[in-house]
Amino acid sequence: MSTQQCPERGRIWFEALTGSDGVVECTPRSVRVADAALGGEQTRFIAVVPDTHNRFPRARQGEVGLDEACALAVHVRRAISADRHRARRPIVAIVDVASQAYGSCEELLGIHLACAAAADAYASARLAGHPVIALLVGKAMSGAFLAHGYQANRILALDGPEVMVHAMGKQAAARVTRRSVAELEGLGEKIAPMAYDIHSYARLGLLHKLIEGVNAEAPGQADVERVRAELLAAVVDVRASTPDLASRLASPAARQTRAASIEVRRRLAEQWDAA
Amino acid sequence: MNGAAARDGRRFLARSSFIEMAARERARAMLDADTFRELLGPFDRIKSPWLPLQGIVAQADDGVVLARGTLDGRPALVAAIESAYQGGSIGEVSGAKIAGALELALGDCKQGRPVLPLLLLETGGVRLQEANLGLAAIAEIHAAIIALRRHVPVVGVVAGTVGCFGGMSMAAALCSRLIVTRQARLGMNGPEVIEQEAGIAELDASDRALIWSLIGGEQRYAVGLADALLEDDAATIAAAVRDAFAQGLPQLERSAQVEHLVRRLACIDPLRPPDANTLRRLWGEGAVN
Repeated sequence: MSTQQCPERGRIWFEALTGSDGVVECTPRSVRVADAALGGEQTRFIAVVPDTHNRFPRARQGEVGLDEACALAVHVRRAISADRHRARRPIVAIVDVASQAYGSCEELLGIHLACAAAADAYASARLAGHPVIALLVGKAMSGAFLAHGYQANRILALDGPEVMVHAMGKQAAARVTRRSVAELEGLGEKIAPMAYDIHSYARLGLLHKLIEGVNAEAPGQADVERVRAELLAAVVDVRASTPDLASRLASPAARQTRAASIEVRRRLAEQWDAA
Repeated sequence: MNGAAARDGRRFLARSSFIEMAARERARAMLDADTFRELLGPFDRIKSPWLPLQGIVAQADDGVVLARGTLDGRPALVAAIESAYQGGSIGEVSGAKIAGALELALGDCKQGRPVLPLLLLETGGVRLQEANLGLAAIAEIHAAIIALRRHVPVVGVVAGTVGCFGGMSMAAALCSRLIVTRQARLGMNGPEVIEQEAGIAELDASDRALIWSLIGGEQRYAVGLADALLEDDAATIAAAVRDAFAQGLPQLERSAQVEHLVRRLACIDPLRPPDANTLRRLWGEGAVN
């Protein structure tokens, strides 16, 4: 992948939503953090962005690497401890992450623990009463999404061809499942969970809101205001409900597409205590 | 043969290999004798709705065995992944079984009835034939582990030989205590995926010795990414699991030790990355970190 193809949407939306207000100094530079107003309330916005000078060569294109995952954990936990005795600020994860960093050095150093630390921090924030919102503006892939966004109370996504969610990039997924990329794409059209596009993802019932009609690449003022309003509505919705992930099974789409997930839980509950 | 060698020989012969057991036997071998009670077993016939659409035969338990029983007399839940079925991959149903059972254990814990959760992890990660529903289920497994750990330790075992990869390696890292064997491998990205994404110069997936030196159980234990390194023996592992629960909640969960992680990474130069032995010196017991 050349630098021209580097995903810049994380940076674009981070700057658009924060107006570069309240930027928190952060190492590495690939993690951007700011406390900016959202509907009059201070909100922590966090994005992972490309940095061609990243000290880890495998994390220069916006991947979630060791340092990035660690920094996510640090800055989410700082918000938790700062708000321990006051109103819990909302936390917005702006998601455009093409993957976790793939490298032997990353594996040796335990990138699985670094990503777990990030997921742990976001989930702990949610359990502590922070409304945690994931805003998908580009790719939300695999372990990178698990570390940055998938523990949110609510997931919002912009509608656009470059916004996608998946467990593995197409080439690697084809190799692992011993299929061609074309076969994989064909299956995705028939089988919603295998598809990459955000419309198919919306059919799974995991999204709180698919925000349509917004220019995801070069947002204008109206686009930004529209997204702010949706973020605010999601924060209000979170504060009126439980801090778990139950809403992902409650939507009409989930009741249809995730019927098996619901049925498993129903029958487990029946069998949980011995007759 | 001298006496010590004869004793070692007898001990070896008396061992009961945990690795060679299927998931159901593994779960049974962990629980107190005669307390194993399976939940959503094969006769409940809850299968993957997605595999038959792709011409793949779906197994009646979707590759996860859930059992309730006791550990030293305390109520417990075991979730054991069957690596022989679809590489132990997490699909919608197998993932929902693990997440759903952990959520029920959490419900009991919140009502003052602690349930000890034990995860026997043997998995390549997300089942790509159910991609996004597997990934979603793994996020729910993470959420349940993190919520449960506020009440009881969550204990994980990675025994081999499949190992534990992808989003489920994060689940292993979220466990309060993690037990491994020498045959275990624990890593975020499987070697084949790294070779595909980063090239053979980054990692030769066929170099087994190299891969075990990077992510094998012994190395993970030596640098503090696992808490116990055990022989492949069911009784030894069952005893270590009881020990792990008996220790109670850790002061600070491994995945919450963020400052420690920051310090560890600060001493690494990525342009001259350490090899496995150097890392043991940097991060191993007695090292300053």
